[in-house]
Amino acid sequence: MTPVLSVQDLRVGFATDDGQVRAVDGVSFDVARSEVLAIVGESGCGKSVTAQTLIGLTRSPNTTITGSVMFDGRDLNTLPDRELQKIRGARIAMVFQDPMTSLNPVYRVGNQIAEAIRAHRDMPKAAAIERAVELLGMVGIPNPQRRVRDYPHEFSGGMRQRVMIAMALALEPEVLIADEPTTALDVTIQAQILDLLRSLNHDKGVSVVLITHDLGVVAELADRVVVMYAGQVVEQAGVGDLFADPRHPYTRGLLASIPRLDGPVGQRLPQIPGHPPSLLNPPSGCRFAARCPEVFADCATPPPLSDHSGHEVRCWKVEAVSR
Amino acid sequence: MSDVPLLQVTDLVKHFPIKSGVLVDREVARVRAVDGVSLTLGDGETLGLVGESGCGKSTVCRAIMQLVAPTSGSVLFAGEELVGRSAREMRPLRRQIQMIFQDPFASLNPRKRIGQIVGDPLVLHGVAKGSEVKPRVQELLERVGLQAEHYNRYPHEFSGGQRQRIGIARAIGLRPRLIIADEPVSALDVSVQAQIINLLDDLQREFSMAYLFVAHDLGVVRHVSNRVAVMYLGKIVEEADADSLYSNPQHPYTQALLSAVPIPDPRENAARQRITLTGDVPSPIDPPPGCRFHTRCPKATEICRSTEPLLQGDGHVVACHHPG
Repeated sequence: MTPVLSVQDLRVGFATDDGQVRAVDGVSFDVARSEVLAIVGESGCGKSVTAQTLIGLTRSPNTTITGSVMFDGRDLNTLPDRELQKIRGARIAMVFQDPMTSLNPVYRVGNQIAEAIRAHRDMPKAAAIERAVELLGMVGIPNPQRRVRDYPHEFSGGMRQRVMIAMALALEPEVLIADEPTTALDVTIQAQILDLLRSLNHDKGVSVVLITHDLGVVAELADRVVVMYAGQVVEQAGVGDLFADPRHPYTRGLLASIPRLDGPVGQRLPQIPGHPPSLLNPPSGCRFAARCPEVFADCATPPPLSDHSGHEVRCWKVEAVSR
Repeated sequence: MSDVPLLQVTDLVKHFPIKSGVLVDREVARVRAVDGVSLTLGDGETLGLVGESGCGKSTVCRAIMQLVAPTSGSVLFAGEELVGRSAREMRPLRRQIQMIFQDPFASLNPRKRIGQIVGDPLVLHGVAKGSEVKPRVQELLERVGLQAEHYNRYPHEFSGGQRQRIGIARAIGLRPRLIIADEPVSALDVSVQAQIINLLDDLQREFSMAYLFVAHDLGVVRHVSNRVAVMYLGKIVEEADADSLYSNPQHPYTQALLSAVPIPDPRENAARQRITLTGDVPSPIDPPPGCRFHTRCPKATEICRSTEPLLQGDGHVVACHHPG
């Protein structure tokens, strides 16, 4: 089946006073119809820049973007802004981490949702507000008739995130990009939002690109996982496969270092020493080598991302073992 | 351990008045941020305090430190009452109680060099002076995993994890007996979080300090704590040994919290039973009567709406009419 969204060799560089920061450095992945693809990694690994670049949000004179983002037979990277605007919000929508700063505080939420609809569809305002009420009900906001007239500050964090999701779904997009949608929320509220995203994915068949740093959230929601480190994909696999058999030393280290509810107590937490490299001047070999417990001579040259029957890994050690 | 616990908090209350009025401020309501919290912490022990945003856990820390004056209640530190002390009277005790904050970007003065940030408390409390300060600071920096050369750098030159190490160096410099750590690892990435948790663990062993460890991440709290207290809307709803609390939670809120934490394993996630709470935490301005959790509780009955449950039990205490 052809993927809904296909990213090939995406590279994003930002010009700074100190030189070019290569935030995303050759990232490729496909998003299949109605699947949840998680992109996971730590701060600065390039996951959010990747997500934003998919819909042209990183475009600026200081940014160099190469590679392709194929959607419905067109490359979004080369699409002019006006054309891209027709797709963004309508066919590919985005939910951001912080629901407080992504809603306009001086407009009623109903008007904000209606405006998003009317930007793309020729619909009378009253009908758009009707639709907003319906959407708010769908994402589980009680009394949508009344709440549609409320301002963002009258909603709690979790409810605001529901408003954001309602707005994103207003035009029935094929792809929903969710950038850390639950990071700002408490666990009990996070559980509610994850349930909502899961049921929307099931019922509406919308594909979800989930950006997160939380492997627990990945395990809950994702079908497939892309692990990023220092601007590159280091591992990609089905969610069951990734958690049962993590192969890249970084993925393994990350999984081991989470203090789990079901893990052993009273033992030292396995830790990954050091910190990620600067993307101004990334190491010439494997980017994880300096922190890797399994580093050996080959790691001085950059390892390729190679496919081991559907489980992609960027590691010389894995190559050596499988040979 | 002596008979006097290191820290004994009894019935601590902190209400923030909400004032309104043109000429004369009248109190129109009060935010019941902390509403009768009791805690005991022994030397060298770690007590985890968990709860969601707005439950009052940070206010408990600040009220213990007398950074906000408690409305009522008592805070005994090594048998001495802290409530009602002036800033001047608190000063000698501050040496023994230090704090580590959540945000390593906001808790270090950006205009000061690391040497000053870590060294100033030593000078203020007369632990070191003049030329003794620098070697002491450098020793501390090395102890927390930084380098002696970092002495002359500024906070902006460091990553989040490194800044948290600076905050820890500042806190341990005075050899406190108690460290209050308010979400010390929440702002950090997992791999760095593990480094800081291990560092805190090593330091506790080395200097036999007690920790009051506040966090919302139940996995982290389980890992570091001997005992754990769970807060909801300004009150403690359950407190027990970490093992007992996690393996046998009694309060429906604790059970829901634990079941809401995503486990990084898809099979286990699919297998376990889920309690999804509906709705949001009510406002602490006008908390629900009876049990404060009854508005969201799957087990709530008539008595929960009218009568407030008390903390009961031996060792494993729980405030619930229908525990288990």
